[in-house]
Amino acid sequence: MPNVTYIALIPLLPLAAFLILGIFGRKYFKNTSGIIATALLLISTLLAVYTAYGYFFEYGKVDGIYQKLIPLKYTWLQFSEGVSIDMGIIIDPISVMMLVVVTFISLMVHIYSLGYMKGDDRFPTYYAFLGLFTFSMLGLIISSNIFQIYIFWELVGVSSFLLIGYYYDKPSAVAACKKAFIVTRFADVGFLIGILILSFYSNTLDFNKLIERLTTPESNELKNAVAASFLGISALTWGLVLVFIGGAGKSAMFPLHIWLPDAMEGPTPVSALIHAATMVVAGVFLVARLFPVFSISSPNALSLVGYVGAISALIAAVIACTQTDIKRVLAYSTMSQIGYMMFALGVSKYGGEDGLGYTASMFHLFTHAIFKALLFLGAGAVIHYIHSNEMKDMGGLRKYLPITHITFLIACLAISGVPPFAGFFSKEEILLAAYQNNKTIYWVALITSGLTSFYMFRLYFSIFWGRTRPSSFKRDCDEVKGEGGFVMMLPLVLLAFGAATAGFIPFGHFISSDRITLENKFHLMFSISPVALGLTGIIIAMWMYKKENNKPEKFAAMSSGLYKAAYHKFYIDEIYIFITQKIIFNLIARPTAWFDKNIVDGMINATGEGTKEISEKIKTFQSGKIQQYAICFLVGLISLALLFIYVWK
Amino acid sequence: MIETLTLMKPELIITFIIFLLLFIKIGKGVKSETMLLLIQVLLLLNFITGFIFNSEGNLFDGMYQTTAMMALQKNILSLGIYLISLLFASWFKKSEHMLEFFILMLSALLGMFFLISSGNLLMFFLALELATIPVAAMANFDLDKKVSSEAAMKMILSSAFSSGILLFGISLIYGATGTISFTELPLYLDGSPLQILAFLFLFTAFAFKLSIVPFHLWTADVYEGSPIAVTSFLSVISKGAVTFIFISTLYKVFQPINEVWYNMIMILSIASMVIGNLFALRQQNIKRFIAFSSIAQVGFILVGISSNSAQGISSVVYFILIYIFSNLAAFGVASAISSQTGKENINDYKGLYQTNPFLSLVLVLALFSLAGIPPTAGFFGKLFLLTAGASKGSYLFITIAALNMIISLYYYLRIVRAVFMEKNEQPIEKIEIDLSAKFALTICAAGIVLIGLLSWTYDYIQSLS
Repeated sequence: MPNVTYIALIPLLPLAAFLILGIFGRKYFKNTSGIIATALLLISTLLAVYTAYGYFFEYGKVDGIYQKLIPLKYTWLQFSEGVSIDMGIIIDPISVMMLVVVTFISLMVHIYSLGYMKGDDRFPTYYAFLGLFTFSMLGLIISSNIFQIYIFWELVGVSSFLLIGYYYDKPSAVAACKKAFIVTRFADVGFLIGILILSFYSNTLDFNKLIERLTTPESNELKNAVAASFLGISALTWGLVLVFIGGAGKSAMFPLHIWLPDAMEGPTPVSALIHAATMVVAGVFLVARLFPVFSISSPNALSLVGYVGAISALIAAVIACTQTDIKRVLAYSTMSQIGYMMFALGVSKYGGEDGLGYTASMFHLFTHAIFKALLFLGAGAVIHYIHSNEMKDMGGLRKYLPITHITFLIACLAISGVPPFAGFFSKEEILLAAYQNNKTIYWVALITSGLTSFYMFRLYFSIFWGRTRPSSFKRDCDEVKGEGGFVMMLPLVLLAFGAATAGFIPFGHFISSDRITLENKFHLMFSISPVALGLTGIIIAMWMYKKENNKPEKFAAMSSGLYKAAYHKFYIDEIYIFITQKIIFNLIARPTAWFDKNIVDGMINATGEGTKEISEKIKTFQSGKIQQYAICFLVGLISLALLFIYVWK
Repeated sequence: MIETLTLMKPELIITFIIFLLLFIKIGKGVKSETMLLLIQVLLLLNFITGFIFNSEGNLFDGMYQTTAMMALQKNILSLGIYLISLLFASWFKKSEHMLEFFILMLSALLGMFFLISSGNLLMFFLALELATIPVAAMANFDLDKKVSSEAAMKMILSSAFSSGILLFGISLIYGATGTISFTELPLYLDGSPLQILAFLFLFTAFAFKLSIVPFHLWTADVYEGSPIAVTSFLSVISKGAVTFIFISTLYKVFQPINEVWYNMIMILSIASMVIGNLFALRQQNIKRFIAFSSIAQVGFILVGISSNSAQGISSVVYFILIYIFSNLAAFGVASAISSQTGKENINDYKGLYQTNPFLSLVLVLALFSLAGIPPTAGFFGKLFLLTAGASKGSYLFITIAALNMIISLYYYLRIVRAVFMEKNEQPIEKIEIDLSAKFALTICAAGIVLIGLLSWTYDYIQSLS
């Protein structure tokens, strides 16, 4: 293996951008900060591509197996003997693939933002935050230690919080960033406890050792982890499920998805980068990273992953059909597609042909990043032009935004799985894997894929076809003049090229569950039904939305119950509010307050009557409550004494 | 003689400084700026000498004992005092009786040093009183404010009450075992009801000093009424000192009945975290807020103490070190703002970032650390406490602790949101910060970031425990 320590530069350059722009940006680089950040990231991207080339074609493969290489490792904290927190870099097929995806998408977003955020007051701050995010995400990918990944995981959360709340003078943005942070933090506690359980039983935090110890049937660590159980479920499964909860929070899986739609309050390029292409797939990446443990040692945890993924995919697709805010449609679509990746992992097995789901999941992650970033950036161009997120304000835009129109169409075709666009290939593989292993999930996936093409083309036709725009908007829009110039169109075109061609990459050659090359097989007969279903979805959408008519309203009226439920996102947010406000506040906080006010105070008042007489006389120099404190002290002491001497010996 | 000198070096140095200050007080008045500078230099020297010429051993038939760990603990407190002398410089300069204040504070510190080193219940009691009574006088230092006198009065009365119970407990222990020496006590402890009762009396005295629920009621009034320098002394230095002696008596002296105190600690820890958090949620006054949140923090310290292992000691000492930096930073910012504008309400902090970016950043860093958000040191502190506690295997306890971390996150973020995100028509105007306060805030901020990242700090503490 050649010396590849330069890989450390890939995350460090965006960090440098963050530090430089964060500290000096507002003073010295008011206008040039975008260029600086973009230039640094360009170097990172080139390095990432160079790394990928070297790894996949030169030194990565030994005896037909891609190696897990650790070019850098620094023991940061020796926690106890055997357990240490390291800062290291791991290079294996998925991390190399993710390096390319994250740097490339981030670069596109950097370039795009040069136009989109132009003239914003806090331009340097924006690029500083983007740099921080890119650094954290890249650090997360190359983590060689489960604790290291947790640290970067949190950093990613913090930078996402900062970017969602970027428009901090908008109350909705502030509420959204708080919601995102708290929901994901809640899930992260699961992750942390999961890490503690896994590391406790495997006696290491290092990924390679942990996977090795927890997948070798003879190892003592695995035996102990399986033998120990809590509520009838083994400690190993608990650990993995808790880790998955962390992943589900970040990846917006049902029922922890409620933050994602609100996160669309951030600037649109940020949504493209964080809430579509990179951060939200961190959960998928985490499961993929620990995949051998899931698959070999705890199939139950893996099937949970599968079902949660499938449910999320279906629910999100139904909700997406009814939303009218274009970014929210895309947000739900993201959740649905991540559901695909999750259940693809869930139905996969370890090794050989059975590991198809794993390859497919990573393949879909790759293609989805490209076409979903494209969709968001396209939506950004539309919003930039029309100053609204609502579908009702749009229509007939294809004449005004020709490039956006074409690229958006390509992305829609790709996500709908129409051959030969990228989404077709990855989705076929996922469906095939599901078909071979779990028929229930297969049918859910098939229905979802039909819904996907329906809602995507509903979006497409509503934006670019249909009625012409009302004249009131015309005035506003003409001021902007066109599509935002070269810097905004270049990323669209590049991504559209990717969305059209990325499917032809023989992904199985590079990424498979056991890191041995997997031949891509193509089943023509098998792909007929999903493609047909996809085309049907497109045709229905065309019939309903291409020309202005009242079919959508009629349809909505016809299925009013379901439509209303889906429009209100199945009332999941309301359920959360109900649980927190009604149940927690009413059933726990109110009684506590009542208890405090009536019982505790009442008791103290009653016992305090005697002391009151004395206190009246010395009231001039004290507030009259100190004796209550003393009584509380005594009551506490006596109850502890009673408890420990008589009850709990 | 030489041995006495070297073993008791920290106490002797503090005594020397106290006498020096007394002599200066008797002599003609010196300008308060010069005086404060002198005191700061003396305290810095005291902190530095804490690192050198440390030896281990016993004195006076085991009444006084010292180890490398104790020297470290004392030095952590010295660092805290030094930071306090810097942080509240502008308040000190305004006060006519600055020298008395330092004499009182150093006397309390001397008491704490003896407390940490005590090897006998009698010594322990005397040291605890020495560490408490001067603080009550300090609480009264805002001479023109009624709340300040009220705080002092409440503190002295409730302390007297708890001391009475402590003394009762000590006499019961002597009655039950026939000894009050820390080394002999474990031999006679067998967990009989009388011993448990006596232990409980002792235990509540600790709980009172640490403001553990339900022995915490004095805390809020005293913290709110006292001058901010005293509040921070009480919530950081006093708590640190009592925690240190608490953990060493539990682990060494009361080891034979560890099953009993494990359960007590578990119950009180849960109560402290839950009630501290619930009350902190409602507070609008920033001092009261920090006071209640510090009750919850003590709940977390108890999680670490419950582990009854070497890791328990190291994680608690590590946490206290971080806690000193984080809490002093928060108090420092609150004090700078309240002394110049008189504003102590959280709503007044809206939009602080626009006018005072430095103060805002330090405050946010401190709050992140208190909330335990990585990569600040507070995260590692809490993590180690939880891992230490988890080694005992009561996962329900650890889960409750982890859930409380989330609740606390909510209210710490509330302030962060006010500072950074909420708009305010009339934000607090630009505040001139004293140079030494700025220096201290920078040290605190650096500490909050670096102690987590530099792993040798934890390794060093671990090697001593």
